Amino acid sequence: MEKRLRVNPVACAGHGACAELLPELITRDEWGYPIVADQPVPRGLRREARRAVSNCPALALALTRVA
Amino acid sequence: MTDSLTLPRPVLAADGPDRLPRLLPAAGAVPADLGAHLDRYGSLRYAGGPGRLVAEVAAAGLTGRGGAAFPVARKLAAAAEAKPAVLVAGNGAEGEPASSKDRSLLWISPHLVLDGLQLAAEAAGSDTAVLYVQRNPRLHGRLAHAIAERAAAGIDAARIDLVPAPDRFLAGQESALVSRLTGKPARPAYRPAPGLPRLAPGRTALVQNVETLAHLALIARYGAAWFRLAGTEAEPGSMLVTLHLADGRASVTEVPLGIGLADLLGLDAAAGDAGDGTVPSAGGAARAVLVGGYHGAWLSAAEAARLPLANVALRPLGAVVGAGVVAALPADRCGLAETARVARYLALESAGQCGPCFNGLPRIAAALDHLAGPRPDQRARADLERWAGLVTGRGACHHPDGSVRFIRSALRVFAAEAGLHEQGQCTGTNPQPFLPLPAGRPASDADWS
Repeated sequence: MEKRLRVNPVACAGHGACAELLPELITRDEWGYPIVADQPVPRGLRREARRAVSNCPALALALTRVA
Repeated sequence: MTDSLTLPRPVLAADGPDRLPRLLPAAGAVPADLGAHLDRYGSLRYAGGPGRLVAEVAAAGLTGRGGAAFPVARKLAAAAEAKPAVLVAGNGAEGEPASSKDRSLLWISPHLVLDGLQLAAEAAGSDTAVLYVQRNPRLHGRLAHAIAERAAAGIDAARIDLVPAPDRFLAGQESALVSRLTGKPARPAYRPAPGLPRLAPGRTALVQNVETLAHLALIARYGAAWFRLAGTEAEPGSMLVTLHLADGRASVTEVPLGIGLADLLGLDAAAGDAGDGTVPSAGGAARAVLVGGYHGAWLSAAEAARLPLANVALRPLGAVVGAGVVAALPADRCGLAETARVARYLALESAGQCGPCFNGLPRIAAALDHLAGPRPDQRARADLERWAGLVTGRGACHHPDGSVRFIRSALRVFAAEAGLHEQGQCTGTNPQPFLPLPAGRPASDADWS
Protein backbone atom coordinates (compact mmCIF):
# COMPACT_ATOMS: atom_id res chain seq x y z
CA MET A 1 0.00 0.00 0.00
CA GLU A 2 1.27 3.43 -1.01
CA LYS A 3 1.93 6.06 1.64
CA ARG A 4 2.32 9.77 1.18
CA LEU A 5 3.35 12.66 3.40
CA ARG A 6 0.81 15.44 3.80
CA VAL A 7 1.23 18.84 5.46
CA ASN A 8 -1.64 20.54 7.24
CA PRO A 9 -0.82 24.08 6.02
CA VAL A 10 -2.90 25.75 8.76
CA ALA A 11 -1.11 23.93 11.57
CA CYS A 12 2.38 24.16 10.01
CA ALA A 13 4.47 26.94 11.54
CA GLY A 14 7.58 26.33 9.45
CA HIS A 15 9.77 24.92 12.24
CA GLY A 16 11.63 22.89 9.60
CA ALA A 17 12.23 19.72 11.64
CA CYS A 18 10.74 17.60 8.85
CA ALA A 19 13.13 18.94 6.23
CA GLU A 20 16.11 18.22 8.51
CA LEU A 21 15.00 14.67 9.20
CA LEU A 22 13.90 13.81 5.66
CA PRO A 23 15.81 15.99 3.18
CA GLU A 24 15.28 13.29 0.51
CA LEU A 25 11.57 14.18 0.31
CA ILE A 26 11.14 17.55 2.04
CA THR A 27 12.75 20.88 1.20
CA ARG A 28 11.88 24.34 2.50
CA ASP A 29 10.64 27.34 0.55
CA GLU A 30 12.22 30.76 0.99
CA TRP A 31 9.95 31.45 3.97
CA GLY A 32 10.82 28.20 5.71
CA TYR A 33 7.69 26.22 4.93
CA PRO A 34 8.02 22.62 3.77
CA ILE A 35 7.70 21.55 0.15
CA VAL A 36 6.93 17.84 0.05
CA ALA A 37 8.00 15.87 -3.03
CA ASP A 38 4.95 14.85 -5.06
CA GLN A 39 5.62 11.11 -4.84
CA PRO A 40 4.86 8.15 -2.57
CA VAL A 41 7.28 7.54 0.31
CA PRO A 42 9.69 4.82 -0.86
CA ARG A 43 9.86 1.73 1.41
CA GLY A 44 13.46 2.51 2.33
CA LEU A 45 12.45 5.92 3.76
CA ARG A 46 9.38 4.83 5.76
CA ARG A 47 11.25 4.87 9.08
CA GLU A 48 12.63 8.39 8.45
CA ALA A 49 9.18 9.53 7.34
CA ARG A 50 7.61 8.28 10.56
CA ARG A 51 10.32 10.08 12.56
CA ALA A 52 9.65 13.31 10.70
CA VAL A 53 5.95 12.96 11.48
CA SER A 54 6.45 12.31 15.19
CA ASN A 55 9.02 15.12 15.51
CA CYS A 56 6.86 17.86 14.03
CA PRO A 57 6.35 20.36 16.89
CA ALA A 58 3.07 21.55 15.33
CA LEU A 59 1.70 18.05 14.65
CA ALA A 60 1.23 19.26 11.07
CA LEU A 61 2.77 16.36 9.19
CA ALA A 62 0.96 13.10 8.49
CA LEU A 63 1.79 9.88 6.70
CA THR A 64 -1.39 8.85 4.93
CA ARG A 65 -2.41 5.77 3.01
CA VAL A 66 -3.30 6.30 -0.60
CA ALA A 67 -5.63 3.77 -2.17
CA MET B 1 -39.20 9.90 -9.49
CA THR B 2 -40.13 11.42 -12.82
CA ASP B 3 -41.85 8.21 -13.92
CA SER B 4 -44.14 8.12 -10.92
CA LEU B 5 -45.10 11.77 -10.92
CA THR B 6 -47.01 13.93 -13.31
CA LEU B 7 -45.17 17.19 -13.22
CA PRO B 8 -47.15 20.38 -13.57
CA ARG B 9 -46.33 22.94 -16.21
CA PRO B 10 -44.65 25.87 -14.55
CA VAL B 11 -46.61 29.08 -14.32
CA LEU B 12 -43.86 31.45 -15.23
CA ALA B 13 -43.85 34.41 -17.56
CA ALA B 14 -46.64 34.55 -20.09
CA ASP B 15 -44.22 33.68 -22.85
CA GLY B 16 -43.63 30.14 -21.64
CA PRO B 17 -41.60 27.97 -19.31
CA ASP B 18 -38.58 27.66 -21.56
CA ARG B 19 -38.05 31.39 -21.37
CA LEU B 20 -35.83 33.16 -18.90
CA PRO B 21 -35.79 34.50 -16.31
CA ARG B 22 -36.77 31.62 -14.08
CA LEU B 23 -35.43 32.89 -10.76
CA LEU B 24 -35.90 36.63 -11.14
CA PRO B 25 -39.13 38.45 -12.02
CA ALA B 26 -39.79 38.85 -15.74
CA ALA B 27 -40.13 42.61 -15.45
CA GLY B 28 -39.18 44.96 -12.66
CA ALA B 29 -37.49 43.92 -9.45
CA VAL B 30 -40.45 43.68 -7.11
CA PRO B 31 -39.62 41.52 -4.08
CA ALA B 32 -41.95 38.53 -3.95
CA ASP B 33 -43.97 37.92 -0.78
CA LEU B 34 -45.20 34.40 -0.12
CA GLY B 35 -48.51 34.97 -1.92
CA ALA B 36 -46.86 36.28 -5.09
CA HIS B 37 -44.32 33.47 -4.92
CA LEU B 38 -46.99 30.76 -4.72
CA ASP B 39 -49.02 32.42 -7.48
CA ARG B 40 -46.07 32.27 -9.79
CA TYR B 41 -44.56 28.89 -9.02
CA GLY B 42 -47.26 26.91 -7.23
CA SER B 43 -46.78 25.27 -3.86
CA LEU B 44 -43.55 23.72 -2.65
CA ARG B 45 -43.33 20.07 -3.72
CA TYR B 46 -41.60 17.94 -1.13
CA ALA B 47 -40.08 14.75 -2.57
CA GLY B 48 -41.54 12.53 0.17
CA GLY B 49 -38.45 11.43 2.04
CA PRO B 50 -34.67 11.66 2.40
CA GLY B 51 -32.74 11.10 -0.81
CA ARG B 52 -35.81 10.93 -3.03
CA LEU B 53 -34.92 14.11 -4.90
CA VAL B 54 -31.46 12.82 -5.87
CA ALA B 55 -32.39 11.03 -9.11
CA GLU B 56 -34.28 14.03 -10.49
CA VAL B 57 -31.44 16.41 -9.65
CA ALA B 58 -28.93 14.00 -11.23
CA ALA B 59 -31.03 13.87 -14.39
CA ALA B 60 -31.22 17.67 -14.42
CA GLY B 61 -27.43 17.89 -14.20
CA LEU B 62 -27.61 20.80 -11.75
CA THR B 63 -24.20 21.97 -10.57
CA GLY B 64 -23.33 24.31 -7.70
CA ARG B 65 -23.72 27.98 -8.62
CA GLY B 66 -21.36 29.28 -5.94
CA GLY B 67 -18.32 28.90 -8.17
CA ALA B 68 -17.08 25.31 -7.97
CA ALA B 69 -19.79 23.80 -10.24
CA PHE B 70 -19.83 20.56 -8.24
CA PRO B 71 -22.66 18.14 -9.13
CA VAL B 72 -25.47 18.81 -6.64
CA ALA B 73 -26.90 15.27 -6.83
CA ARG B 74 -23.65 13.79 -5.52
CA LYS B 75 -23.68 16.04 -2.47
CA LEU B 76 -27.38 15.32 -1.83
CA ALA B 77 -26.77 11.57 -2.12
CA ALA B 78 -23.85 11.75 0.33
CA ALA B 79 -25.99 13.78 2.74
CA ALA B 80 -28.88 11.30 2.49
CA GLU B 81 -26.53 8.45 3.41
CA ALA B 82 -24.62 10.30 6.15
CA LYS B 83 -25.27 9.19 9.72
CA PRO B 84 -26.36 10.39 12.12
CA ALA B 85 -27.01 14.06 11.53
CA VAL B 86 -26.46 16.49 8.68
CA LEU B 87 -26.75 20.23 9.11
CA VAL B 88 -27.99 21.82 5.92
CA ALA B 89 -26.74 25.30 5.11
CA GLY B 90 -27.67 27.74 2.35
CA ASN B 91 -24.62 29.81 1.48
CA GLY B 92 -25.33 33.46 0.67
CA ALA B 93 -22.08 34.93 1.99
CA GLU B 94 -21.06 36.19 -1.48
CA GLY B 95 -17.68 37.55 -0.43
CA GLU B 96 -16.72 38.31 -4.03
CA PRO B 97 -16.85 42.13 -4.32
CA ALA B 98 -17.72 42.03 -8.04
CA SER B 99 -20.71 39.72 -7.49
CA SER B 100 -24.14 40.76 -6.32
CA LYS B 101 -26.30 37.97 -7.74
CA ASP B 102 -26.84 36.11 -4.46
CA ARG B 103 -28.00 39.16 -2.53
CA SER B 104 -30.21 40.17 -5.48
CA LEU B 105 -31.82 36.73 -5.53
CA LEU B 106 -32.30 36.70 -1.74
CA TRP B 107 -33.85 40.15 -1.90
CA ILE B 108 -36.13 39.58 -4.88
CA SER B 109 -37.01 35.86 -4.61
CA PRO B 110 -36.32 34.81 -1.01
CA HIS B 111 -39.00 32.12 -1.02
CA LEU B 112 -37.39 30.29 -3.92
CA VAL B 113 -34.19 29.98 -1.88
CA LEU B 114 -36.13 29.01 1.26
CA ASP B 115 -38.05 26.35 -0.73
CA GLY B 116 -34.73 24.92 -1.90
CA LEU B 117 -33.38 24.93 1.63
CA GLN B 118 -36.43 22.94 2.78
CA LEU B 119 -35.88 20.43 -0.03
CA ALA B 120 -32.18 20.08 0.76
CA ALA B 121 -33.07 19.50 4.43
CA GLU B 122 -35.62 16.88 3.42
CA ALA B 123 -33.08 15.17 1.12
CA ALA B 124 -30.61 15.06 4.01
CA GLY B 125 -33.20 13.91 6.53
CA SER B 126 -32.67 17.00 8.67
CA ASP B 127 -35.24 19.06 10.56
CA THR B 128 -33.10 22.18 10.89
CA ALA B 129 -31.29 24.33 8.37
CA VAL B 130 -29.17 27.45 8.38
CA LEU B 131 -29.17 30.38 5.97
CA TYR B 132 -25.74 32.02 6.04
CA VAL B 133 -25.99 35.53 4.58
CA GLN B 134 -23.68 38.52 4.43
CA ARG B 135 -24.12 40.98 7.26
CA ASN B 136 -26.70 43.40 5.90
CA PRO B 137 -29.48 44.49 8.27
CA ARG B 138 -32.03 45.23 5.53
CA LEU B 139 -31.48 41.88 3.85
CA HIS B 140 -31.59 40.01 7.16
CA GLY B 141 -34.80 41.83 8.08
CA ARG B 142 -36.38 40.85 4.78
CA LEU B 143 -35.33 37.21 5.15
CA ALA B 144 -36.56 37.05 8.75
CA HIS B 145 -39.90 38.37 7.50
CA ALA B 146 -40.04 35.74 4.73
CA ILE B 147 -39.25 32.96 7.22
CA ALA B 148 -42.02 34.26 9.51
CA GLU B 149 -44.49 34.32 6.58
CA ARG B 150 -43.75 30.65 5.96
CA ALA B 151 -44.07 29.75 9.63
CA ALA B 152 -47.49 31.44 9.69
CA ALA B 153 -48.54 29.47 6.60
CA GLY B 154 -47.15 26.25 8.08
CA ILE B 155 -45.37 25.18 4.89
CA ASP B 156 -41.91 24.50 6.31
CA ALA B 157 -40.81 21.09 7.58
CA ALA B 158 -37.40 22.25 8.81
CA ARG B 159 -36.64 25.17 11.12
CA ILE B 160 -34.45 27.81 9.50
CA ASP B 161 -31.92 29.92 11.40
CA LEU B 162 -30.34 33.02 9.91
CA VAL B 163 -26.60 33.31 10.52
CA PRO B 164 -24.67 36.46 9.52
CA ALA B 165 -21.48 36.03 7.48
CA PRO B 166 -18.52 38.38 7.98
CA ASP B 167 -17.75 40.70 5.09
CA ARG B 168 -14.61 38.87 3.96
CA PHE B 169 -13.65 37.46 0.57
CA LEU B 170 -13.23 33.94 1.97
CA ALA B 171 -16.20 33.89 4.36
CA GLY B 172 -18.27 31.92 1.84
CA GLN B 173 -15.64 29.25 1.42
CA GLU B 174 -17.35 25.99 2.45
CA SER B 175 -15.00 25.15 5.31
CA ALA B 176 -15.14 28.77 6.54
CA LEU B 177 -18.92 28.53 6.72
CA VAL B 178 -18.61 25.26 8.65
CA SER B 179 -16.14 26.90 11.07
CA ARG B 180 -18.61 29.74 11.62
CA LEU B 181 -21.43 27.28 12.37
CA THR B 182 -19.30 25.60 15.03
CA GLY B 183 -18.81 28.94 16.77
CA LYS B 184 -15.33 29.61 15.47
CA PRO B 185 -14.14 32.47 13.20
CA ALA B 186 -15.30 32.07 9.59
CA ARG B 187 -11.88 31.15 8.26
CA PRO B 188 -11.17 28.27 5.88
CA ALA B 189 -10.03 25.02 7.50
CA TYR B 190 -7.73 22.23 6.39
CA ARG B 191 -9.75 19.28 5.13
CA PRO B 192 -7.61 16.30 4.25
CA ALA B 193 -10.52 13.93 3.52
CA PRO B 194 -12.87 14.30 0.54
CA GLY B 195 -16.64 14.31 0.96
CA LEU B 196 -18.97 16.42 3.03
CA PRO B 197 -17.32 18.69 5.62
CA ARG B 198 -17.55 17.60 9.24
CA LEU B 199 -18.97 19.90 11.90
CA ALA B 200 -18.04 17.64 14.77
CA PRO B 201 -17.34 13.91 15.12
CA GLY B 202 -20.26 12.15 13.44
CA ARG B 203 -21.88 15.39 12.30
CA THR B 204 -21.54 16.54 8.71
CA ALA B 205 -22.74 19.56 6.78
CA LEU B 206 -24.45 19.93 3.42
CA VAL B 207 -23.61 23.37 2.04
CA GLN B 208 -25.24 24.71 -1.11
CA ASN B 209 -25.10 28.17 -2.63
CA VAL B 210 -28.41 30.05 -2.41
CA GLU B 211 -28.84 30.21 -6.20
CA THR B 212 -28.29 26.45 -6.37
CA LEU B 213 -31.12 26.04 -3.83
CA ALA B 214 -33.42 28.21 -5.94
CA HIS B 215 -32.79 25.98 -8.98
CA LEU B 216 -33.45 22.95 -6.73
CA ALA B 217 -36.86 24.41 -5.84
CA LEU B 218 -37.77 24.63 -9.52
CA ILE B 219 -36.42 21.19 -10.46
CA ALA B 220 -38.57 19.69 -7.68
CA ARG B 221 -41.60 21.42 -9.18
CA TYR B 222 -41.06 21.11 -12.93
CA GLY B 223 -38.54 18.29 -13.38
CA ALA B 224 -35.21 17.64 -15.02
CA ALA B 225 -36.38 17.88 -18.63
CA TRP B 226 -37.77 21.35 -18.01
CA PHE B 227 -34.51 22.42 -16.33
CA ARG B 228 -32.59 21.28 -19.41
CA LEU B 229 -34.64 23.50 -21.74
CA ALA B 230 -32.01 26.12 -20.98
CA GLY B 231 -28.24 25.71 -21.19
CA THR B 232 -26.13 23.11 -22.95
CA GLU B 233 -26.04 19.30 -22.79
CA ALA B 234 -22.83 19.36 -20.71
CA GLU B 235 -23.75 22.45 -18.65
CA PRO B 236 -27.53 22.58 -18.41
CA GLY B 237 -29.81 25.23 -16.96
CA SER B 238 -29.65 28.95 -16.42
CA MET B 239 -27.48 30.95 -14.07
CA LEU B 240 -27.38 34.39 -12.55
CA VAL B 241 -24.62 36.62 -13.83
CA THR B 242 -23.31 39.87 -12.41
CA LEU B 243 -22.49 41.91 -15.48
CA HIS B 244 -20.16 44.91 -15.50
CA LEU B 245 -20.25 46.80 -18.81
CA ALA B 246 -17.32 48.90 -19.97
CA ASP B 247 -19.21 52.12 -19.23
CA GLY B 248 -19.51 51.16 -15.56
CA ARG B 249 -23.13 49.99 -15.64
CA ALA B 250 -23.61 46.86 -13.51
CA SER B 251 -26.58 44.51 -13.41
CA VAL B 252 -27.66 41.04 -12.38
CA THR B 253 -29.20 39.04 -15.17
CA GLU B 254 -30.22 35.42 -15.72
CA VAL B 255 -28.78 33.71 -18.77
CA PRO B 256 -28.65 30.18 -20.18
CA LEU B 257 -25.26 28.53 -19.63
CA GLY B 258 -23.39 28.53 -22.92
CA ILE B 259 -24.57 32.01 -23.96
CA GLY B 260 -21.95 33.83 -26.03
CA LEU B 261 -19.91 36.39 -24.11
CA ALA B 262 -20.40 38.54 -27.23
CA ASP B 263 -24.19 38.41 -26.66
CA LEU B 264 -23.80 39.15 -22.95
CA LEU B 265 -21.55 42.17 -23.42
CA GLY B 266 -22.64 43.28 -26.88
CA LEU B 267 -19.11 42.62 -28.16
CA ASP B 268 -18.99 43.30 -31.88
CA ALA B 269 -16.81 40.44 -33.06
CA ALA B 270 -17.28 41.44 -36.71
CA ALA B 271 -15.87 44.91 -36.09
CA GLY B 272 -13.00 42.91 -34.65
CA ASP B 273 -9.76 44.10 -33.35
CA ALA B 274 -9.48 47.84 -33.79
CA GLY B 275 -5.71 47.40 -34.10
CA ASP B 276 -5.15 48.40 -30.48
CA GLY B 277 -6.61 45.17 -29.07
CA THR B 278 -9.97 46.72 -28.20
CA VAL B 279 -13.38 45.54 -29.44
CA PRO B 280 -16.61 47.61 -29.54
CA SER B 281 -19.16 46.55 -26.90
CA ALA B 282 -22.46 47.64 -25.39
CA GLY B 283 -20.62 49.89 -22.95
CA GLY B 284 -18.06 51.28 -25.41
CA ALA B 285 -14.70 49.91 -26.53
CA ALA B 286 -13.54 47.00 -24.35
CA ARG B 287 -9.90 46.11 -23.84
CA ALA B 288 -10.40 42.76 -22.07
CA VAL B 289 -13.02 40.69 -20.26
CA LEU B 290 -12.76 39.26 -16.76
CA VAL B 291 -14.71 36.02 -16.33
CA GLY B 292 -15.27 34.25 -13.00
CA GLY B 293 -14.40 37.10 -10.66
CA TYR B 294 -11.19 37.63 -8.70
CA HIS B 295 -10.39 33.92 -8.68
CA GLY B 296 -11.22 33.83 -12.39
CA ALA B 297 -9.26 34.94 -15.41
CA TRP B 298 -8.85 37.71 -17.97
CA LEU B 299 -9.52 37.08 -21.65
CA SER B 300 -8.60 39.49 -24.41
CA ALA B 301 -11.68 41.20 -25.84
CA ALA B 302 -11.14 39.35 -29.15
CA GLU B 303 -10.99 35.96 -27.36
CA ALA B 304 -14.09 36.76 -25.32
CA ALA B 305 -16.00 37.73 -28.46
CA ARG B 306 -15.83 34.15 -29.77
CA LEU B 307 -16.29 32.22 -26.49
CA PRO B 308 -19.43 31.03 -24.69
CA LEU B 309 -20.05 31.26 -20.95
CA ALA B 310 -19.29 27.56 -20.40
CA ASN B 311 -16.51 25.84 -18.50
CA VAL B 312 -15.82 23.42 -21.34
CA ALA B 313 -14.83 26.33 -23.59
CA LEU B 314 -13.23 28.59 -20.96
CA ARG B 315 -10.99 26.04 -19.20
CA PRO B 316 -8.49 25.66 -22.06
CA LEU B 317 -7.75 29.39 -21.61
CA GLY B 318 -7.44 29.04 -17.85
CA ALA B 319 -10.81 30.71 -17.20
CA VAL B 320 -13.93 29.44 -15.39
CA VAL B 321 -17.57 30.43 -15.19
CA GLY B 322 -17.19 30.55 -11.39
CA ALA B 323 -19.96 32.44 -9.64
CA GLY B 324 -20.88 34.27 -12.85
CA VAL B 325 -18.99 37.56 -12.72
CA VAL B 326 -18.40 38.97 -16.21
CA ALA B 327 -16.71 42.37 -16.52
CA ALA B 328 -15.62 44.29 -19.63
CA LEU B 329 -12.55 46.44 -19.02
CA PRO B 330 -12.94 49.79 -20.79
CA ALA B 331 -10.30 50.76 -23.34
CA ASP B 332 -9.10 53.73 -21.27
CA ARG B 333 -7.97 51.59 -18.31
CA CYS B 334 -4.66 49.79 -17.78
CA GLY B 335 -5.30 46.08 -17.17
CA LEU B 336 -2.07 45.69 -15.20
CA ALA B 337 -2.95 48.55 -12.85
CA GLU B 338 -6.47 47.15 -12.34
CA THR B 339 -5.13 43.66 -11.62
CA ALA B 340 -2.48 45.00 -9.25
CA ARG B 341 -5.15 46.83 -7.27
CA VAL B 342 -7.24 43.66 -6.92
CA ALA B 343 -4.13 41.56 -6.17
CA ARG B 344 -3.37 43.83 -3.21
CA TYR B 345 -6.92 43.28 -1.95
CA LEU B 346 -6.60 39.49 -2.39
CA ALA B 347 -3.34 39.49 -0.42
CA LEU B 348 -5.03 41.36 2.43
CA GLU B 349 -7.92 38.90 2.30
CA SER B 350 -5.66 35.93 3.00
CA ALA B 351 -6.95 34.39 6.21
CA GLY B 352 -3.34 34.49 7.42
CA GLN B 353 -3.27 30.83 8.33
CA CYS B 354 -1.09 29.12 5.73
CA GLY B 355 2.57 30.19 5.45
CA PRO B 356 2.89 30.09 1.66
CA CYS B 357 -0.30 32.17 1.25
CA PHE B 358 0.35 34.90 3.83
CA ASN B 359 4.00 35.16 2.78
CA GLY B 360 3.54 34.76 -0.94
CA LEU B 361 0.45 36.78 -1.86
CA PRO B 362 1.67 40.15 -0.48
CA ARG B 363 5.00 39.68 -2.30
CA ILE B 364 3.23 38.72 -5.53
CA ALA B 365 0.94 41.74 -5.20
CA ALA B 366 3.91 44.06 -4.61
CA ALA B 367 5.74 42.64 -7.64
CA LEU B 368 2.66 43.12 -9.82
CA ASP B 369 2.27 46.67 -8.51
CA HIS B 370 5.86 47.29 -9.58
CA LEU B 371 5.22 45.78 -13.03
CA ALA B 372 2.17 48.03 -13.39
CA GLY B 373 4.39 51.09 -12.93
CA PRO B 374 6.83 52.72 -15.40
CA ARG B 375 10.11 50.98 -16.37
CA PRO B 376 9.87 48.09 -13.94
CA ASP B 377 12.94 46.15 -12.82
CA GLN B 378 12.82 42.85 -14.73
CA ARG B 379 13.65 40.91 -11.57
CA ALA B 380 10.08 41.64 -10.42
CA ARG B 381 8.71 39.44 -13.20
CA ALA B 382 11.00 36.52 -12.30
CA ASP B 383 10.21 36.93 -8.60
CA LEU B 384 6.48 36.97 -9.31
CA GLU B 385 6.70 33.76 -11.38
CA ARG B 386 8.72 31.99 -8.68
CA TRP B 387 6.36 33.03 -5.88
CA ALA B 388 3.31 32.11 -7.96
CA GLY B 389 4.76 28.60 -8.30
CA LEU B 390 5.49 28.44 -4.57
CA VAL B 391 2.02 29.33 -3.33
CA THR B 392 0.00 27.19 -5.77
CA GLY B 393 -1.57 24.11 -4.22
CA ARG B 394 -0.17 24.85 -0.77
CA GLY B 395 -3.11 26.44 1.02
CA ALA B 396 -5.89 24.86 3.06
CA CYS B 397 -8.32 26.55 0.66
CA HIS B 398 -8.07 27.64 -2.97
CA HIS B 399 -7.26 31.29 -2.23
CA PRO B 400 -3.62 31.11 -3.34
CA ASP B 401 -4.49 29.03 -6.42
CA GLY B 402 -7.39 31.26 -7.46
CA SER B 403 -5.43 34.46 -6.88
CA VAL B 404 -2.50 33.16 -8.93
CA ARG B 405 -4.81 32.09 -11.75
CA PHE B 406 -6.22 35.64 -11.90
CA ILE B 407 -2.79 37.31 -11.79
CA ARG B 408 -1.19 34.97 -14.34
CA SER B 409 -4.07 35.57 -16.74
CA ALA B 410 -3.34 39.30 -16.53
CA LEU B 411 0.31 38.73 -17.42
CA ARG B 412 -0.81 36.71 -20.46
CA VAL B 413 -3.59 39.00 -21.70
CA PHE B 414 -1.77 42.26 -20.92
CA ALA B 415 1.65 41.11 -22.18
CA ALA B 416 1.77 43.91 -24.77
CA GLU B 417 0.87 46.41 -22.05
CA ALA B 418 3.73 45.07 -19.91
CA GLY B 419 6.04 45.68 -22.87
CA LEU B 420 4.89 49.31 -23.04
CA HIS B 421 5.48 49.75 -19.31
CA GLU B 422 9.08 48.60 -19.81
CA GLN B 423 9.48 51.57 -22.14
CA GLY B 424 7.86 53.89 -19.65
CA GLN B 425 4.49 54.01 -21.45
CA CYS B 426 0.95 52.98 -20.57
CA THR B 427 -2.28 52.81 -22.59
CA GLY B 428 -4.38 53.68 -19.54
CA THR B 429 -5.56 57.27 -19.69
CA ASN B 430 -8.15 57.07 -16.91
CA PRO B 431 -6.73 56.58 -13.40
CA GLN B 432 -10.19 56.01 -11.89
CA PRO B 433 -10.49 52.44 -10.45
CA PHE B 434 -12.84 50.24 -12.47
CA LEU B 435 -13.18 46.80 -10.84
CA PRO B 436 -15.23 47.06 -7.63
CA LEU B 437 -13.52 46.61 -4.25
CA PRO B 438 -14.99 47.18 -0.78
CA ALA B 439 -14.37 50.62 0.64
CA GLY B 440 -12.07 50.76 3.64
CA ARG B 441 -10.21 47.90 5.23
CA PRO B 442 -11.24 45.27 7.75
CA ALA B 443 -10.29 46.69 11.12
CA SER B 444 -8.80 43.60 12.70
CA ASP B 445 -8.65 39.85 12.97
CA ALA B 446 -11.92 39.97 14.88
CA ASP B 447 -13.69 40.73 11.59
CA TRP B 448 -13.83 37.01 10.81
CA SER B 449 -16.74 36.32 13.15
